[in-house]
Amino acid sequence: MYNFILANRVALDLNSWFAKIKDEFYINFIAEDRYMYLVKGLWMTLRITFFAVLLGIALGVIAAIVRSTHDKTIKEMRPGLAKGLLIFFNAIVKLYLTVIRGTPVVVQLMIMYYIIFASSTNAMLVAVLAFGINSGAYVAEIIRSGIMSIDNGQFEAGRSLGFNYIQTMYYIVIPQALKNVLPALANEFIVLIKETSVSGYVGIMDLTRGGDVIRSRTFVAFMPLFAVAAIYLIIVVIFSKLVTVMERRLRNSER
Amino acid sequence: MSADKNNEVIISVNELSKHFKNKTGKIYALDGITTDIRRGEVLVIIGPSGSGKSTFLRSLNLLERPTEGTITFEGVDITSPESDINKLRQKMGMVFQHFNLFPHLTILDNMTLAPRKLLKMSKEDAEAKALELLERVGLLDRADAYPSQLSGGQKQRIAIVRALCMSPDVLLFDEPTSALDPEMVGEVLDVMKALAKSGMTMAVVTHEMGFAKEVGSRVIFMDEGKIIEEGTPSEIFDNPQNERLQSFLAKVL
Ligand SMILES: Nc1ncnc2c1ncn2[C@@H]1O[C@H](COP(=O)(O)OP(=O)(O)OP(=O)(O)O)[C@@H](O)[C@H]1O
Ligand SMILES: [Mg+2]
Repeated sequence: MYNFILANRVALDLNSWFAKIKDEFYINFIAEDRYMYLVKGLWMTLRITFFAVLLGIALGVIAAIVRSTHDKTIKEMRPGLAKGLLIFFNAIVKLYLTVIRGTPVVVQLMIMYYIIFASSTNAMLVAVLAFGINSGAYVAEIIRSGIMSIDNGQFEAGRSLGFNYIQTMYYIVIPQALKNVLPALANEFIVLIKETSVSGYVGIMDLTRGGDVIRSRTFVAFMPLFAVAAIYLIIVVIFSKLVTVMERRLRNSER
Repeated sequence: MSADKNNEVIISVNELSKHFKNKTGKIYALDGITTDIRRGEVLVIIGPSGSGKSTFLRSLNLLERPTEGTITFEGVDITSPESDINKLRQKMGMVFQHFNLFPHLTILDNMTLAPRKLLKMSKEDAEAKALELLERVGLLDRADAYPSQLSGGQKQRIAIVRALCMSPDVLLFDEPTSALDPEMVGEVLDVMKALAKSGMTMAVVTHEMGFAKEVGSRVIFMDEGKIIEEGTPSEIFDNPQNERLQSFLAKVL
Protein backbone atom coordinates (compact mmCIF):
# COMPACT_ATOMS: atom_id res chain seq x y z
CA MET A 1 0.00 0.00 0.00
CA TYR A 2 2.72 2.38 1.04
CA ASN A 3 4.83 1.38 -1.94
CA PHE A 4 1.94 2.01 -4.24
CA ILE A 5 1.54 5.57 -2.94
CA LEU A 6 5.26 6.24 -3.30
CA ALA A 7 5.35 4.95 -6.87
CA ASN A 8 2.35 7.03 -7.64
CA ARG A 9 3.95 10.11 -6.20
CA VAL A 10 7.13 9.56 -8.30
CA ALA A 11 5.01 9.09 -11.36
CA LEU A 12 3.12 12.22 -10.54
CA ASP A 13 6.38 14.16 -10.04
CA LEU A 14 7.74 12.86 -13.31
CA ASN A 15 4.52 13.73 -14.98
CA SER A 16 4.56 17.26 -13.71
CA TRP A 17 8.24 17.59 -14.65
CA PHE A 18 7.49 16.53 -18.20
CA ALA A 19 4.55 18.86 -18.24
CA LYS A 20 6.77 21.71 -17.12
CA ILE A 21 9.35 20.91 -19.81
CA LYS A 22 6.60 20.76 -22.36
CA ASP A 23 5.26 24.09 -21.22
CA GLU A 24 8.68 25.68 -21.34
CA PHE A 25 9.38 24.23 -24.74
CA TYR A 26 6.08 25.49 -25.95
CA ILE A 27 6.48 28.98 -24.59
CA ASN A 28 10.09 29.33 -25.77
CA PHE A 29 9.92 27.86 -29.23
CA ILE A 30 6.35 27.27 -30.40
CA ALA A 31 4.32 30.17 -29.07
CA GLU A 32 4.31 33.11 -31.45
CA ASP A 33 6.63 31.08 -33.70
CA ARG A 34 9.54 31.95 -31.46
CA TYR A 35 11.68 29.18 -33.01
CA MET A 36 11.93 31.49 -36.00
CA TYR A 37 14.35 33.66 -34.00
CA LEU A 38 16.73 30.71 -34.00
CA VAL A 39 16.14 29.75 -37.62
CA LYS A 40 16.57 33.27 -38.93
CA GLY A 41 19.45 33.86 -36.54
CA LEU A 42 21.23 30.76 -37.73
CA TRP A 43 20.74 31.77 -41.34
CA MET A 44 22.24 35.19 -40.56
CA THR A 45 25.17 33.63 -38.70
CA LEU A 46 25.92 31.27 -41.58
CA ARG A 47 25.72 34.03 -44.18
CA ILE A 48 27.99 36.38 -42.24
CA THR A 49 30.48 33.58 -41.62
CA PHE A 50 30.49 32.38 -45.21
CA PHE A 51 31.10 35.77 -46.80
CA ALA A 52 33.55 36.79 -44.09
CA VAL A 53 35.57 33.63 -44.75
CA LEU A 54 35.68 34.42 -48.48
CA LEU A 55 36.78 37.98 -47.80
CA GLY A 56 39.26 36.73 -45.22
CA ILE A 57 40.84 34.31 -47.66
CA ALA A 58 41.12 36.97 -50.36
CA LEU A 59 42.74 39.45 -47.96
CA GLY A 60 44.84 36.72 -46.41
CA VAL A 61 46.26 35.57 -49.75
CA ILE A 62 47.18 39.13 -50.71
CA ALA A 63 48.73 39.88 -47.33
CA ALA A 64 50.63 36.59 -47.35
CA ILE A 65 52.00 37.22 -50.84
CA VAL A 66 53.18 40.70 -49.91
CA ARG A 67 54.83 39.46 -46.73
CA SER A 68 56.56 36.44 -48.25
CA THR A 69 57.60 38.32 -51.39
CA HIS A 70 59.17 40.94 -49.19
CA ASP A 71 60.95 38.44 -46.99
CA LYS A 72 62.18 36.34 -49.89
CA THR A 73 63.31 38.91 -52.38
CA ILE A 74 63.99 42.26 -50.75
CA LYS A 75 67.69 41.56 -50.19
CA GLU A 76 68.22 40.63 -53.84
CA MET A 77 66.23 43.52 -55.32
CA ARG A 78 67.83 46.42 -57.10
CA PRO A 79 66.89 49.84 -55.70
CA GLY A 80 64.01 51.40 -57.61
CA LEU A 81 60.29 51.97 -57.72
CA ALA A 82 59.38 48.28 -57.35
CA LYS A 83 61.51 47.92 -54.27
CA GLY A 84 60.07 51.09 -52.75
CA LEU A 85 56.52 49.92 -53.37
CA LEU A 86 57.22 46.52 -51.88
CA ILE A 87 58.66 48.06 -48.73
CA PHE A 88 55.65 50.36 -48.52
CA PHE A 89 53.04 47.62 -48.95
CA ASN A 90 54.88 45.32 -46.60
CA ALA A 91 54.76 48.02 -43.92
CA ILE A 92 51.01 48.48 -44.48
CA VAL A 93 50.37 44.75 -44.25
CA LYS A 94 52.44 44.49 -41.09
CA LEU A 95 50.44 47.32 -39.55
CA TYR A 96 47.20 45.58 -40.57
CA LEU A 97 48.29 42.29 -39.00
CA THR A 98 49.45 43.98 -35.79
CA VAL A 99 46.34 46.11 -35.28
CA ILE A 100 43.83 43.38 -36.13
CA ARG A 101 45.48 40.69 -34.07
CA GLY A 102 46.13 43.05 -31.19
CA THR A 103 42.55 44.19 -30.59
CA PRO A 104 39.32 42.31 -29.75
CA VAL A 105 37.10 41.52 -32.68
CA VAL A 106 34.05 42.94 -30.95
CA VAL A 107 35.79 46.31 -30.62
CA GLN A 108 36.72 46.18 -34.31
CA LEU A 109 33.10 45.40 -35.14
CA MET A 110 31.79 48.35 -33.14
CA ILE A 111 34.37 50.71 -34.59
CA MET A 112 33.33 49.61 -38.06
CA TYR A 113 29.64 49.97 -37.34
CA TYR A 114 29.49 53.09 -35.21
CA ILE A 115 32.41 55.07 -36.67
CA ILE A 116 33.70 53.99 -40.07
CA PHE A 117 30.36 52.98 -41.55
CA ALA A 118 28.17 55.06 -39.25
CA SER A 119 26.03 56.10 -42.21
CA SER A 120 25.44 52.54 -43.40
CA THR A 121 22.11 50.87 -42.73
CA ASN A 122 23.28 47.45 -43.85
CA ALA A 123 24.53 45.97 -40.60
CA MET A 124 25.12 42.56 -42.10
CA LEU A 125 27.47 44.00 -44.74
CA VAL A 126 29.40 45.86 -42.06
CA ALA A 127 29.65 42.66 -40.04
CA VAL A 128 30.92 40.73 -43.07
CA LEU A 129 33.56 43.41 -43.60
CA ALA A 130 34.57 43.49 -39.96
CA PHE A 131 34.81 39.72 -39.53
CA GLY A 132 36.37 39.28 -42.98
CA ILE A 133 39.07 41.86 -42.28
CA ASN A 134 39.64 40.26 -38.91
CA SER A 135 39.84 36.76 -40.33
CA GLY A 136 42.16 37.90 -43.13
CA ALA A 137 44.87 38.69 -40.61
CA TYR A 138 44.82 35.15 -39.27
CA VAL A 139 44.41 33.57 -42.71
CA ALA A 140 47.45 35.58 -43.86
CA GLU A 141 49.65 33.81 -41.34
CA ILE A 142 48.20 30.43 -42.30
CA ILE A 143 48.87 31.00 -45.99
CA ARG A 144 52.26 32.55 -45.37
CA SER A 145 53.31 29.43 -43.53
CA GLY A 146 51.95 27.47 -46.51
CA ILE A 147 54.02 29.48 -48.97
CA MET A 148 57.13 29.19 -46.82
CA SER A 149 56.64 25.43 -46.61
CA ILE A 150 56.98 25.06 -50.39
CA ASP A 151 60.49 24.01 -51.34
CA ASN A 152 62.49 26.80 -52.92
CA GLY A 153 63.30 24.44 -55.78
CA GLN A 154 59.69 24.76 -56.94
CA PHE A 155 60.16 28.46 -57.17
CA GLU A 156 63.46 28.18 -59.00
CA ALA A 157 62.04 25.63 -61.44
CA GLY A 158 59.26 28.09 -62.30
CA ARG A 159 61.64 30.98 -62.73
CA SER A 160 64.06 28.90 -64.79
CA LEU A 161 61.29 28.15 -67.29
CA GLY A 162 60.78 31.88 -67.77
CA PHE A 163 57.83 32.60 -65.50
CA ASN A 164 58.05 35.92 -63.70
CA TYR A 165 57.60 36.19 -59.96
CA ILE A 166 53.82 36.65 -60.00
CA GLN A 167 53.26 33.85 -62.54
CA THR A 168 55.43 31.48 -60.54
CA MET A 169 53.41 32.29 -57.44
CA TYR A 170 50.11 31.91 -59.27
CA TYR A 171 50.72 28.72 -61.27
CA ILE A 172 53.13 26.86 -59.04
CA VAL A 173 53.54 28.04 -55.45
CA ILE A 174 50.07 29.19 -54.35
CA PRO A 175 48.16 26.10 -55.59
CA GLN A 176 50.48 23.88 -53.58
CA ALA A 177 50.47 26.18 -50.57
CA LEU A 178 46.66 26.36 -50.50
CA LYS A 179 46.38 22.61 -50.75
CA ASN A 180 48.73 22.23 -47.81
CA VAL A 181 46.81 24.64 -45.60
CA LEU A 182 43.27 23.67 -46.63
CA PRO A 183 42.54 22.00 -43.28
CA ALA A 184 43.83 25.04 -41.42
CA LEU A 185 41.60 27.27 -43.56
CA ALA A 186 38.57 25.10 -42.86
CA ASN A 187 39.44 25.43 -39.20
CA GLU A 188 39.30 29.19 -39.61
CA PHE A 189 35.64 28.78 -40.61
CA ILE A 190 35.01 26.99 -37.31
CA VAL A 191 36.71 29.75 -35.36
CA LEU A 192 34.84 32.44 -37.22
CA ILE A 193 31.37 30.97 -36.85
CA LYS A 194 31.78 31.21 -33.09
CA GLU A 195 33.29 34.69 -33.24
CA THR A 196 30.28 36.06 -35.12
CA SER A 197 28.28 35.50 -31.93
CA VAL A 198 29.18 39.05 -30.91
CA SER A 199 27.21 40.44 -33.87
CA GLY A 200 24.40 41.34 -31.50
CA TYR A 201 26.53 44.24 -30.26
CA VAL A 202 25.65 46.13 -33.42
CA GLY A 203 22.03 45.05 -33.47
CA ILE A 204 22.34 42.10 -35.82
CA MET A 205 19.89 39.26 -35.25
CA ASP A 206 22.32 36.37 -35.42
CA LEU A 207 21.87 33.00 -33.75
CA THR A 208 23.13 34.11 -30.34
CA ARG A 209 21.04 37.25 -30.38
CA GLY A 210 18.01 35.22 -31.47
CA GLY A 211 18.28 33.02 -28.40
CA ASP A 212 18.77 36.05 -26.22
CA VAL A 213 15.66 37.72 -27.62
CA ILE A 214 13.62 34.63 -26.76
CA ARG A 215 15.04 34.71 -23.25
CA SER A 216 14.06 38.33 -22.80
CA ARG A 217 10.51 37.64 -23.99
CA THR A 218 9.84 34.48 -21.98
CA PHE A 219 12.03 35.20 -18.96
CA VAL A 220 13.37 31.65 -19.22
CA ALA A 221 17.11 31.43 -19.79
CA PHE A 222 17.77 27.72 -19.77
CA MET A 223 16.05 26.50 -22.91
CA PRO A 224 16.87 29.19 -25.45
CA LEU A 225 20.51 29.49 -24.42
CA PHE A 226 21.11 25.74 -24.41
CA ALA A 227 19.37 25.49 -27.75
CA VAL A 228 21.75 28.12 -29.14
CA ALA A 229 24.76 26.34 -27.68
CA ALA A 230 23.58 23.02 -29.11
CA ILE A 231 23.19 24.47 -32.59
CA TYR A 232 26.73 25.92 -32.58
CA LEU A 233 28.07 22.67 -31.24
CA ILE A 234 26.36 20.57 -33.90
CA ILE A 235 27.65 22.77 -36.72
CA VAL A 236 31.19 22.80 -35.34
CA VAL A 237 31.23 19.04 -34.78
CA ILE A 238 29.96 18.35 -38.29
CA PHE A 239 32.48 20.72 -39.77
CA SER A 240 35.34 19.29 -37.73
CA LYS A 241 34.45 15.86 -39.07
CA LEU A 242 34.59 17.23 -42.61
CA VAL A 243 38.02 18.71 -41.92
CA THR A 244 39.26 15.36 -40.63
CA VAL A 245 38.00 13.59 -43.74
CA MET A 246 39.60 16.26 -45.90
CA GLU A 247 42.94 15.94 -44.10
CA ARG A 248 42.92 12.20 -44.63
CA ARG A 249 42.08 12.59 -48.32
CA LEU A 250 44.85 15.13 -48.83
CA ARG A 251 47.37 12.92 -47.08
CA ASN A 252 46.39 9.96 -49.23
CA SER A 253 46.72 11.92 -52.47
CA GLU A 254 50.29 12.85 -51.59
CA ARG A 255 51.79 9.43 -52.27
CA MET B 1 81.46 14.96 -80.85
CA SER B 2 83.59 17.97 -79.97
CA ALA B 3 82.08 21.25 -81.06
CA ASP B 4 83.58 23.11 -83.92
CA LYS B 5 86.00 25.72 -82.59
CA ASN B 6 84.60 28.10 -85.15
CA ASN B 7 81.02 27.83 -83.95
CA GLU B 8 79.55 31.10 -82.74
CA VAL B 9 79.87 32.01 -79.10
CA ILE B 10 76.46 31.73 -77.47
CA ILE B 11 77.36 32.65 -73.88
CA SER B 12 80.28 34.87 -73.04
CA VAL B 13 81.28 35.19 -69.39
CA ASN B 14 83.61 38.00 -68.47
CA GLU B 15 85.34 38.47 -65.10
CA LEU B 16 82.32 37.08 -63.25
CA SER B 17 82.44 37.28 -59.46
CA LYS B 18 79.94 36.63 -56.73
CA HIS B 19 80.52 37.16 -53.06
CA PHE B 20 78.39 36.50 -50.05
CA LYS B 21 78.80 38.71 -47.02
CA ASN B 22 79.12 37.25 -43.57
CA LYS B 23 80.34 38.50 -40.19
CA THR B 24 84.02 38.08 -40.95
CA GLY B 25 83.79 39.68 -44.38
CA LYS B 26 83.21 38.55 -47.95
CA ILE B 27 83.24 34.98 -49.17
CA TYR B 28 83.97 34.75 -52.87
CA ALA B 29 81.89 31.91 -54.31
CA LEU B 30 83.05 33.03 -57.77
CA ASP B 31 86.24 34.93 -58.27
CA GLY B 32 86.84 36.33 -61.74
CA ILE B 33 85.48 33.65 -64.08
CA THR B 34 86.04 34.25 -67.79
CA THR B 35 85.01 31.74 -70.44
CA ASP B 36 82.93 31.29 -73.60
CA ILE B 37 80.35 28.65 -74.44
CA ARG B 38 79.96 27.92 -78.16
CA ARG B 39 76.89 26.62 -79.92
CA GLY B 40 76.71 22.83 -79.88
CA GLU B 41 79.31 22.52 -77.17
CA VAL B 42 79.01 20.32 -74.07
CA LEU B 43 80.84 22.14 -71.30
CA VAL B 44 81.47 20.00 -68.25
CA ILE B 45 82.28 21.69 -64.95
CA ILE B 46 84.06 19.68 -62.28
CA GLY B 47 85.61 20.54 -58.95
CA PRO B 48 85.51 19.81 -55.22
CA SER B 49 82.50 20.62 -53.07
CA GLY B 50 82.12 24.32 -52.39
CA SER B 51 84.30 25.32 -55.34
CA GLY B 52 81.51 27.44 -56.86
CA LYS B 53 80.24 25.13 -59.62
CA SER B 54 76.58 25.59 -58.76
CA THR B 55 76.97 29.30 -58.22
CA PHE B 56 78.59 29.61 -61.66
CA LEU B 57 75.88 27.61 -63.39
CA ARG B 58 73.08 29.43 -61.59
CA SER B 59 74.62 32.77 -62.49
CA LEU B 60 74.25 31.94 -66.18
CA ASN B 61 70.45 32.22 -65.94
CA LEU B 62 70.65 34.73 -63.08
CA LEU B 63 69.15 32.49 -60.41
CA GLU B 64 72.17 33.92 -58.60
CA ARG B 65 72.94 37.57 -59.17
CA PRO B 66 76.63 38.07 -59.86
CA THR B 67 78.19 40.92 -57.91
CA GLU B 68 80.74 41.79 -60.60
CA GLY B 69 81.38 41.02 -64.24
CA THR B 70 79.15 40.46 -67.24
CA ILE B 71 77.39 37.61 -69.01
CA THR B 72 76.47 38.03 -72.66
CA PHE B 73 73.87 35.62 -74.01
CA GLU B 74 73.18 35.64 -77.74
CA GLY B 75 74.67 39.11 -78.00
CA VAL B 76 72.70 40.63 -75.10
CA ASP B 77 74.31 41.68 -71.83
CA ILE B 78 71.94 39.89 -69.46
CA THR B 79 73.56 41.33 -66.35
CA SER B 80 72.49 44.83 -67.28
CA PRO B 81 69.37 46.07 -65.45
CA GLU B 82 67.53 46.66 -68.73
CA SER B 83 67.67 43.06 -69.93
CA ASP B 84 64.47 41.01 -69.80
CA ILE B 85 65.47 38.21 -67.53
CA ASN B 86 62.27 36.20 -68.04
CA LYS B 87 62.63 36.19 -71.82
CA LEU B 88 66.24 35.10 -71.53
CA ARG B 89 65.36 32.22 -69.24
CA GLN B 90 62.87 30.89 -71.78
CA LYS B 91 65.88 30.25 -74.04
CA MET B 92 68.02 28.75 -71.28
CA GLY B 93 66.58 25.63 -69.70
CA MET B 94 67.73 24.25 -66.37
CA VAL B 95 67.74 20.77 -64.87
CA PHE B 96 68.17 20.50 -61.11
CA GLN B 97 69.68 17.90 -58.85
CA HIS B 98 66.34 17.36 -57.14
CA PHE B 99 64.22 17.41 -60.34
CA ASN B 100 61.80 20.04 -59.04
CA LEU B 101 58.83 18.70 -60.94
CA PHE B 102 55.55 20.35 -59.96
CA PRO B 103 53.82 17.80 -57.71
CA HIS B 104 50.33 19.26 -58.17
CA LEU B 105 50.40 18.78 -61.95
CA THR B 106 50.44 15.69 -64.14
CA ILE B 107 53.52 14.94 -66.22
CA LEU B 108 51.81 16.33 -69.30
CA ASP B 109 50.79 19.52 -67.47
CA ASN B 110 54.29 19.87 -66.03
CA MET B 111 55.55 19.93 -69.60
CA THR B 112 52.91 22.09 -71.24
CA LEU B 113 52.44 24.76 -68.56
CA ALA B 114 55.29 27.02 -69.65
CA PRO B 115 54.86 26.66 -73.44
CA ARG B 116 51.15 27.43 -73.15
CA LYS B 117 51.40 30.35 -70.76
CA LEU B 118 54.67 31.88 -71.98
CA LEU B 119 54.93 30.94 -75.67
CA LYS B 120 51.13 31.12 -76.06
CA MET B 121 51.11 27.72 -77.72
CA SER B 122 47.71 26.11 -78.15
CA LYS B 123 46.88 23.20 -75.85
CA GLU B 124 46.96 20.81 -78.83
CA ASP B 125 50.33 21.98 -80.11
CA ALA B 126 51.92 21.99 -76.68
CA GLU B 127 50.61 18.51 -75.90
CA ALA B 128 51.66 17.14 -79.28
CA LYS B 129 55.17 18.40 -78.69
CA ALA B 130 55.24 17.07 -75.12
CA LEU B 131 54.01 13.63 -76.18
CA GLU B 132 56.64 13.44 -78.89
CA LEU B 133 59.35 14.25 -76.36
CA LEU B 134 57.91 11.75 -73.88
CA GLU B 135 58.09 9.09 -76.53
CA ARG B 136 61.73 9.92 -77.19
CA VAL B 137 62.62 9.25 -73.55
CA GLY B 138 60.38 6.19 -73.32
CA LEU B 139 57.84 7.64 -70.91
CA LEU B 140 54.84 8.11 -73.16
CA ASP B 141 52.69 5.88 -70.94
CA ARG B 142 53.31 8.13 -67.91
CA ALA B 143 51.82 11.29 -69.42
CA ASP B 144 48.86 11.33 -67.03
CA ALA B 145 50.78 10.22 -63.95
CA TYR B 146 51.77 12.58 -61.14
CA PRO B 147 55.44 13.10 -60.27
CA SER B 148 55.07 11.24 -56.97
CA GLN B 149 54.24 8.10 -58.94
CA LEU B 150 57.59 8.07 -60.78
CA SER B 151 61.03 6.77 -59.89
CA GLY B 152 63.93 9.19 -59.51
CA GLY B 153 65.35 8.35 -62.90
CA GLN B 154 61.97 8.84 -64.53
CA LYS B 155 61.52 12.16 -62.75
CA GLN B 156 64.83 13.45 -64.02
CA ARG B 157 64.08 12.36 -67.57
CA ILE B 158 60.78 14.25 -67.30
CA ALA B 159 62.60 17.29 -65.92
CA ILE B 160 64.86 17.25 -68.99
CA VAL B 161 62.02 17.04 -71.49
CA ARG B 162 60.05 19.64 -69.56
CA ALA B 163 62.92 22.03 -70.17
CA LEU B 164 63.07 20.94 -73.83
CA CYS B 165 59.42 21.83 -74.32
CA MET B 166 60.47 25.48 -74.32
CA SER B 167 62.87 24.79 -77.23
CA PRO B 168 65.81 26.34 -75.38
CA ASP B 169 69.10 27.21 -77.06
CA VAL B 170 71.11 26.10 -74.02
CA LEU B 171 70.46 23.58 -71.28
CA LEU B 172 72.07 23.88 -67.84
CA PHE B 173 72.45 20.79 -65.63
CA ASP B 174 73.40 21.02 -61.94
CA GLU B 175 74.42 17.53 -60.80
CA PRO B 176 71.49 15.87 -62.57
CA THR B 177 72.38 12.36 -61.37
CA SER B 178 73.62 13.06 -57.84
CA ALA B 179 70.26 12.43 -56.17
CA LEU B 180 69.65 9.16 -58.03
CA ASP B 181 70.06 5.57 -56.96
CA PRO B 182 73.07 4.14 -58.83
CA GLU B 183 70.95 1.89 -61.05
CA MET B 184 69.08 4.92 -62.39
CA VAL B 185 72.07 7.06 -63.30
CA GLY B 186 72.52 5.35 -66.64
CA GLU B 187 69.05 6.08 -68.00
CA VAL B 188 69.46 9.80 -67.34
CA LEU B 189 72.97 9.96 -68.76
CA ASP B 190 71.70 8.19 -71.89
CA VAL B 191 69.14 10.92 -72.44
CA MET B 192 71.82 13.56 -71.96
CA LYS B 193 74.14 11.81 -74.39
CA ALA B 194 71.42 11.67 -77.01
CA LEU B 195 70.79 15.36 -76.47
CA ALA B 196 74.46 16.18 -76.90
CA LYS B 197 74.56 14.15 -80.08
CA SER B 198 71.59 16.08 -81.43
CA GLY B 199 73.64 19.25 -81.15
CA MET B 200 72.18 20.80 -77.99
CA THR B 201 74.43 23.31 -76.24
CA MET B 202 74.89 22.09 -72.69
CA ALA B 203 76.66 23.19 -69.51
CA VAL B 204 76.85 20.31 -67.05
CA VAL B 205 78.05 20.25 -63.44
CA THR B 206 78.67 16.62 -62.64
CA HIS B 207 80.69 14.10 -60.69
CA GLU B 208 80.25 11.54 -63.48
CA MET B 209 83.76 11.56 -64.89
CA GLY B 210 82.84 8.87 -67.41
CA PHE B 211 80.22 11.18 -68.86
CA ALA B 212 82.68 14.08 -68.93
CA LYS B 213 85.24 12.02 -70.84
CA GLU B 214 82.81 10.54 -73.28
CA VAL B 215 80.47 13.43 -74.03
CA GLY B 216 82.24 16.60 -72.95
CA SER B 217 83.72 18.83 -75.62
CA ARG B 218 85.48 20.92 -72.98
CA VAL B 219 86.08 20.48 -69.26
CA ILE B 220 86.52 23.23 -66.68
CA PHE B 221 88.08 22.43 -63.32
CA MET B 222 87.07 24.91 -60.62
CA ASP B 223 88.41 25.45 -57.14
CA GLU B 224 87.77 28.27 -54.66
CA GLY B 225 85.65 30.18 -57.14
CA LYS B 226 88.27 30.20 -59.90
CA ILE B 227 88.84 28.26 -63.09
CA ILE B 228 92.05 26.41 -62.31
CA GLU B 229 92.36 24.43 -65.51
CA GLU B 230 90.43 24.17 -68.73
CA GLY B 231 90.76 21.91 -71.76
CA THR B 232 89.50 18.97 -73.75
CA PRO B 233 88.58 15.85 -71.78
CA SER B 234 91.83 14.14 -72.75
CA GLU B 235 93.89 17.17 -71.71
CA ILE B 236 92.15 17.32 -68.35
CA PHE B 237 91.94 13.64 -67.52
CA ASP B 238 95.03 12.20 -69.22
CA ASN B 239 97.42 15.06 -68.79
CA PRO B 240 96.36 17.28 -65.86
CA GLN B 241 98.81 20.12 -65.20
CA ASN B 242 97.72 21.78 -61.96
CA GLU B 243 98.47 19.86 -58.80
CA ARG B 244 95.04 20.61 -57.30
CA LEU B 245 93.42 19.03 -60.34
CA GLN B 246 95.77 16.07 -60.06
CA SER B 247 94.85 15.45 -56.44
CA PHE B 248 91.14 15.97 -57.20
CA LEU B 249 91.28 13.40 -59.99
CA ALA B 250 93.19 11.00 -57.79
CA LYS B 251 90.30 11.16 -55.35
CA VAL B 252 87.41 10.79 -57.77
CA LEU B 253 88.77 8.43 -60.42
N1 LIG C 1 73.45 31.70 -50.23
C1 LIG C 1 74.74 31.58 -49.83
N2 LIG C 1 75.17 32.31 -48.77
C2 LIG C 1 76.45 32.22 -48.36
N3 LIG C 1 77.39 31.45 -48.96
C3 LIG C 1 77.02 30.72 -50.01
C4 LIG C 1 75.67 30.74 -50.51
N4 LIG C 1 75.60 29.92 -51.58
C5 LIG C 1 76.83 29.41 -51.74
N5 LIG C 1 77.69 29.87 -50.81
C6 LIG C 1 79.12 29.54 -50.69
O1 LIG C 1 79.71 29.70 -51.94
C7 LIG C 1 80.66 28.67 -52.18
C8 LIG C 1 80.35 27.96 -53.49
O2 LIG C 1 79.13 27.23 -53.36
P1 LIG C 1 78.55 26.32 -54.52
O3 LIG C 1 77.24 25.80 -54.06
O4 LIG C 1 78.58 27.07 -55.78
O5 LIG C 1 79.60 25.14 -54.58
P2 LIG C 1 79.55 23.80 -55.44
O6 LIG C 1 80.84 23.74 -56.19
O7 LIG C 1 78.30 23.74 -56.23
O8 LIG C 1 79.55 22.68 -54.32
P3 LIG C 1 78.82 21.26 -54.30
O9 LIG C 1 79.66 20.31 -55.11
O10 LIG C 1 78.82 20.91 -52.86
O11 LIG C 1 77.46 21.45 -54.86
C9 LIG C 1 80.63 27.76 -50.98
O12 LIG C 1 81.70 28.12 -50.13
C10 LIG C 1 79.33 28.08 -50.33
O13 LIG C 1 79.43 27.90 -48.94
MG1 LIG D 1 76.52 22.47 -56.20
